[in-house]
Amino acid sequence: MTAVYDDLGDEATSDIPVRRIKFTINGAKKIAEIEPRLLLSHLIRRGVGLTGTHMGCDTTNCGACTVLVDGKPVKSCTMLAVQVDGREVTTVEGLASASELHPLQEGFRQEHGLQCGFCTPGMMMAAKGLLERNPNPTEEDVRWALSGNLCRCTGYQNIVKSVLWAADKLRAEAQ
Amino acid sequence: MYPSRFRYEAPRSLDEAIGTLRDGGDYAKILAGGQSLVPMMKLRFASPELIVDINNVPGLDYHRAEADGSLHIGALARHADLEWSPVLKATQPTMAAAAPMIADPLVRNRGTLVGSLCHADPQGDWAAVMISLGASVVAQGPRGRRVIPVTGFVTGPFENALEHDEVAVEAVVPPAQGARAGGYLKLERRVGDFATCGVAVALETSAAGEVIRAGVGLTGVGGSTINASEAAAALVGQPLTPEAIEAAADLAARAAQPRTDHRGSAEYKRHMVRTFTARILGGASGTGLATATERAA
Repeated sequence: MTAVYDDLGDEATSDIPVRRIKFTINGAKKIAEIEPRLLLSHLIRRGVGLTGTHMGCDTTNCGACTVLVDGKPVKSCTMLAVQVDGREVTTVEGLASASELHPLQEGFRQEHGLQCGFCTPGMMMAAKGLLERNPNPTEEDVRWALSGNLCRCTGYQNIVKSVLWAADKLRAEAQ
Repeated sequence: MYPSRFRYEAPRSLDEAIGTLRDGGDYAKILAGGQSLVPMMKLRFASPELIVDINNVPGLDYHRAEADGSLHIGALARHADLEWSPVLKATQPTMAAAAPMIADPLVRNRGTLVGSLCHADPQGDWAAVMISLGASVVAQGPRGRRVIPVTGFVTGPFENALEHDEVAVEAVVPPAQGARAGGYLKLERRVGDFATCGVAVALETSAAGEVIRAGVGLTGVGGSTINASEAAAALVGQPLTPEAIEAAADLAARAAQPRTDHRGSAEYKRHMVRTFTARILGGASGTGLATATERAA
């Protein structure tokens, strides 16, 4: 990928460390050439070009940039891109299959789980992490699992309902 | 935001990591969970020249109870591993209470207990918990291993006792002499905020209900994590009577050195230390809220 930085004139080209990494994103295998200081969120948005992962606070507070790394939800603004070498990343774009929405996406539509939509990708990925660990969550479990994701529109009520809706649907599908 | 430029190494073994640190110059940092280090690097509060990422070192993600009853927590055991741990739930009430209160669920998937101890933030929860339990950190370097009690490991705000070429490989909680009781209470304005104050209490009691060992650690009410040793000593050698609880809670409040800031006044924080100490001890004694102050409230 290409990353462009300001040249402060204090370094020779040969001093700039570059690493080559291999990783999988939403099932597709990728190779990237990056500086170790590049953040995972930047690799996803600017490198791979998947802009569904949002940058909100950029300070580990809001959870808008949540993605799954090896199945676990993490804040992609707080992980170095170089750390996903050999690992598997899933973003919100990896939820839907062909023309089928994922039950979580369907749930957010059915239960009006979003207004401006900025926090939604992070909410969905945190919820996906929850449902993989606990397919039958209580309302309290959902609130607990989403407590690292901030939403300034909905007051959370409909987000919680959306996740519970998705959990019901996923359980019904599994039977 | 980007961190400033650094050299990055991802060793595959502890020996390799130690070698990299030894040869790595003055300003190397170990990257484990990175949930404090990466934000600090982005804000340029920290600008290490070398990052040694230990996430690819196998065999560090454990936490296990040994036959002698001691608990060992590896350098890559995440907060979430501890939050969902049946071992902790069954045997370590203070740790089991603290694990779900660390930061938020996403941070808990990355951050580590040992990393939190190394970071030595006065607002960090685990240092207070591990001080209350009399735990130690095991450091490994070119000269071998050494065991450092947490009380001596945290040497100041954001300072620890590691040499530049040492890796903190695990934390160890010693075996209990009696039945364990205790807990951790934290006052925070919202999930993920630093503690306004936090209190960790770890007790070991005899079959007769007498306290054999006690530890009290305080979070966020001083320039460093506070070991409220006088409060702990006052509990030992007697059952958890309301009078004993009241006395210990007063001593814990006296040990706090809070400062007024946007999270609350010094007076308020000191009051909360007293309340939390009494509340945990009351819970441990089975009498619920046990002090006169609490009964009046």
